[in-house]
Amino acid sequence: MAGMAALQSQIMQEPFGEFSWILTLLFYAFFFVFMFYGQKINTYIMLREVEGSLFKLKYLRDEGRKIVIETIKEIGKPQTDPTARVDRFLEYFTISPQSLDPAGIVGKLEHILDVRDTRFKDDVKLMAPATDKTQVNNLENTLEAAMALNFIYKVIRHFYLLGKKTLSLYIIMQIQMILPLVMREAEAYASALKAFADGQPIGDGAGALVAAKLTHGHPTRNIAKDCVVAAVPIEGRTAYVIKAEGPGGNVGKPGEAIKTVVEESEGEIAMIIMVDAALKLEGEAVGEVAEGVGAAIGGPGVDQFKIEESILKYRIPINAVIIKEDIGDAVSPMRKEIFDAVDKAIERIKQVILEKTKEGDRVIIAGVGNTIGIGQ
Amino acid sequence: MSKKSSSATTKISSFVLLVIFITLALSLTALILAISAFSSNGIAAYYLLLIGFLGAALSTYVLFQTRKRIKRLSIKTPSVTTTIECRKCGFKSVRDFQRGDYIFREVDPCQKCNENMLITAIYREVEEKKKRTLF
Ligand SMILES: [Zn+2]
Repeated sequence: MAGMAALQSQIMQEPFGEFSWILTLLFYAFFFVFMFYGQKINTYIMLREVEGSLFKLKYLRDEGRKIVIETIKEIGKPQTDPTARVDRFLEYFTISPQSLDPAGIVGKLEHILDVRDTRFKDDVKLMAPATDKTQVNNLENTLEAAMALNFIYKVIRHFYLLGKKTLSLYIIMQIQMILPLVMREAEAYASALKAFADGQPIGDGAGALVAAKLTHGHPTRNIAKDCVVAAVPIEGRTAYVIKAEGPGGNVGKPGEAIKTVVEESEGEIAMIIMVDAALKLEGEAVGEVAEGVGAAIGGPGVDQFKIEESILKYRIPINAVIIKEDIGDAVSPMRKEIFDAVDKAIERIKQVILEKTKEGDRVIIAGVGNTIGIGQ
Repeated sequence: MSKKSSSATTKISSFVLLVIFITLALSLTALILAISAFSSNGIAAYYLLLIGFLGAALSTYVLFQTRKRIKRLSIKTPSVTTTIECRKCGFKSVRDFQRGDYIFREVDPCQKCNENMLITAIYREVEEKKKRTLF
């Protein structure tokens, strides 16, 4: 900048006497403004960027709320206007248990989550009395997506306003840096909300669909809360196929279900295979099927803990088959690639069973994921 | 509170605008000088021309960037299709998703053999532009 200004004044000295000093002065002024106020200008530009995203987040939140209210009115046939109740619902919070002394925390967490679930379902039933179990589950999922959108909007707004109040570059930078990822997540929740409201199967349901394709045509029974199991003969082995009970939107309690099946057969299980949708890395193809070991299950960790506890007791080998997709695919209506990957995953499961177990063995196949829009 | 913050917004944008307009004015001056300098000093004229154009381009770009409001907002509704199949004769039909559809739901009987048909697939198709990258 300085070099440029010097060059400028040198070149212009002779030809235009009266103009050159004005120009030189202006260039110097410009230079000093940027030197001393560069960071402030940067801060303002960042603030504007955050402001733009905040507009979008607000729109997504409001739109989500609108969809929820419309859906409740449409399928719930409420006597009174559900708006006030929905607004109250969107502000619900959950306090996770104290972890200073972590022993036994899983049980506490599970209890809190159970209370939350019951409370939510009761509230949905009050908001929309004319709904069956499937619709209550779908509405609850829809409300949770709206809740997430509301929360994201409020957190970003908090940092935006705080940044504006303090004009601290570092407060604004924090939020500006993670903004692209936050926006992606918000958009994912927004598309999830629509899918939930309509009861469409979502990408996360890939595991549940694998289980559904295996159990279809075989009698199922309830094994744990919102979970069903069916005994399916596969390649001469008996497979206990577990999935959340569809077609309402819920993930069930696969941990409890696996534990129960293991206990019922007194540990006489040759292998457990878990199928789940998993987040892909950028560059990987949607619907890629991969294999590994371990308990393939997300969520707050209660189910994974339970599965690991019960297989440890009997030293049961555990395998995992995952179907890869990104966060947007996981919560929006299921893509064809993922749907097609389900058959590939079933082939993989059969292969694993053939290679690693003997005829007459008992195996557990658990299809993990939200079973919305998928029956059995 | 809200009133205060909205006035702060206008202050920010007016400050940024001021900087942009000063830059724009400077670059325009440079351009005018360049034109008048062409006859007397060729090199200086080219320099001025360059600086003028750069400054003008930069300031208009920033101006449009800040002016640009968020593009039209909407939550996309992807088209989701439902595939219905007859297990007996293999008759297959594809239609748009309707609320209440779910995979493995029995729906109205088959047109050909009066057997109940089954929803076997619900998915959306995404046309992904294949970008050629090295990886
Ligand atoms: Zn038929």
